[in-house]
Amino acid sequence: MSVAILRYTLHERVNHWIAGLAYLYCLVTGLAFWSPYMFWLAVLVGGGAVARFWHPWLGLVFTASVLWMYRIWHRDMRTTNADRAWTKSIQYYIRNEDQNLPPVGRFNYGQKMFFWAMFYGILLLLASGIGLWFVESIPWSLRWLRYLAVAVHVGAALITIGAFIIHVYMGTAMVRGGFTSIIRGEVSPEWAKTHHRLWYEKVTGNASSRR
Amino acid sequence: MSQATLNIRRISGHAGPAPGAGVEREEQVCKLVDTTTCIGCKACEVACLEWNGYSFHETIFQNSYQTMPETAWNYWNLIKFDEHERADGTMMLLMRKDQCMHCAEPGCLAACPADGAIVQYSNGIVDFQQDHCIGCGYCVSGCPFNIPKFNQATKKMFKCTLCSDRVNEGLEPACIKSCPTGCLHFGTKEDMKELAETRARQLREHSNFENAGVYDPAGVGGTGVIYVLHDVTNPEAYGGLPSNPRIPWVVKFWKGPLKWIGNLAMIGGVIGVTMHYLRFGPKRVEPDNNGDGRP
Repeated sequence: MSVAILRYTLHERVNHWIAGLAYLYCLVTGLAFWSPYMFWLAVLVGGGAVARFWHPWLGLVFTASVLWMYRIWHRDMRTTNADRAWTKSIQYYIRNEDQNLPPVGRFNYGQKMFFWAMFYGILLLLASGIGLWFVESIPWSLRWLRYLAVAVHVGAALITIGAFIIHVYMGTAMVRGGFTSIIRGEVSPEWAKTHHRLWYEKVTGNASSRR
Repeated sequence: MSQATLNIRRISGHAGPAPGAGVEREEQVCKLVDTTTCIGCKACEVACLEWNGYSFHETIFQNSYQTMPETAWNYWNLIKFDEHERADGTMMLLMRKDQCMHCAEPGCLAACPADGAIVQYSNGIVDFQQDHCIGCGYCVSGCPFNIPKFNQATKKMFKCTLCSDRVNEGLEPACIKSCPTGCLHFGTKEDMKELAETRARQLREHSNFENAGVYDPAGVGGTGVIYVLHDVTNPEAYGGLPSNPRIPWVVKFWKGPLKWIGNLAMIGGVIGVTMHYLRFGPKRVEPDNNGDGRP
């Protein structure tokens, strides 16, 4: 007899998918610009020139979305003592031996690291992206900024791609129930107890809950 | 300007080798600009606009004879004027015709991600193909001479074509045609190099320019435009002509090792999570039978 627990509000879900789709667009078009062997990806979204036109705008959408996430989530994303204890036992998490893990709050340390990777990633991508967008506005005497923009944009993009691969894998394949929670917003009490016990206890207000 | 009949040596943003590269050998073409006999008349600027179909537009005054601070998307040929004080205190007005240098190793082409947007013909001309250009501006970062310029209206990059359309028909570039003093020459790289060296020697031996020489920078593999300078040790004095132009190391790193590192990291990431799934599988939440939250 379990009653579902609300994990993500409608606002959080809508925002997550705005961010997700905007990121996906920037990823597909960005990979097209990254390598000639992936330039065909630009054809899928209307051709190179169209991809180039929309890439920075969707980047701005992604930025706005991530900044909004920061506004609503940054308190939840601070590292706690529970996270430190959890991190020491991370090998159990990787091996799916979750019974050996200390309890964590609404987000575990991995999720927090993903959030901060994307948050600082987008700040770097935004700053360097504006430089690439208006590259001719950077005077010739400051051309090192043009080069810096290229290096930072590529480096930050690669870091977010690494984080993104892990995020998608864990959200869809590895942690069952995670994907439905970001679509419909709800998780089962068992799910909450298994993965985010401290959060479960907080939202149910009962440390020794029986259902 | 698309010149599809010309043979190709290099193509930008192309997966694999350029089709047809090396099939036919051609003479390397070269423009020689003798700055010591240029009078700054700007006939070449006008001829360039005329031939390429651009109208003259407002000039930007900067307390010199120079038409505007730098070349524009529709102004590919610009004489740079610089007042230069020599060691003996006398003044010189340096005039250098600035345009695309048609590098043997073009930084624009190395940086370009769009398939076929920048090509290098087998005669050495580096040309933009606007129908393939995506307007990203990477060539701006790749060029060591600050030449490619963006057209805001069409979202395409433009620069001097070395009149590839004329050269293809056996004509000399429009600027060469218009020069009244003969300070501009056009021919094979070999011939132009010889002519330039002869002129530089003349300047050294008969005109008291002991540092006169030929500007053909090795850092970009030599250029398809070479200069005779009164003082080849100080090219910067000629409107900021770089003394040792190279493709920026960031661009080289980005298009070289970083591409490999990035690709391996991305493929490694995908393989890594796949392997994890095959080895450990998903995390399942068992029904809570004992009520303590643990399966």
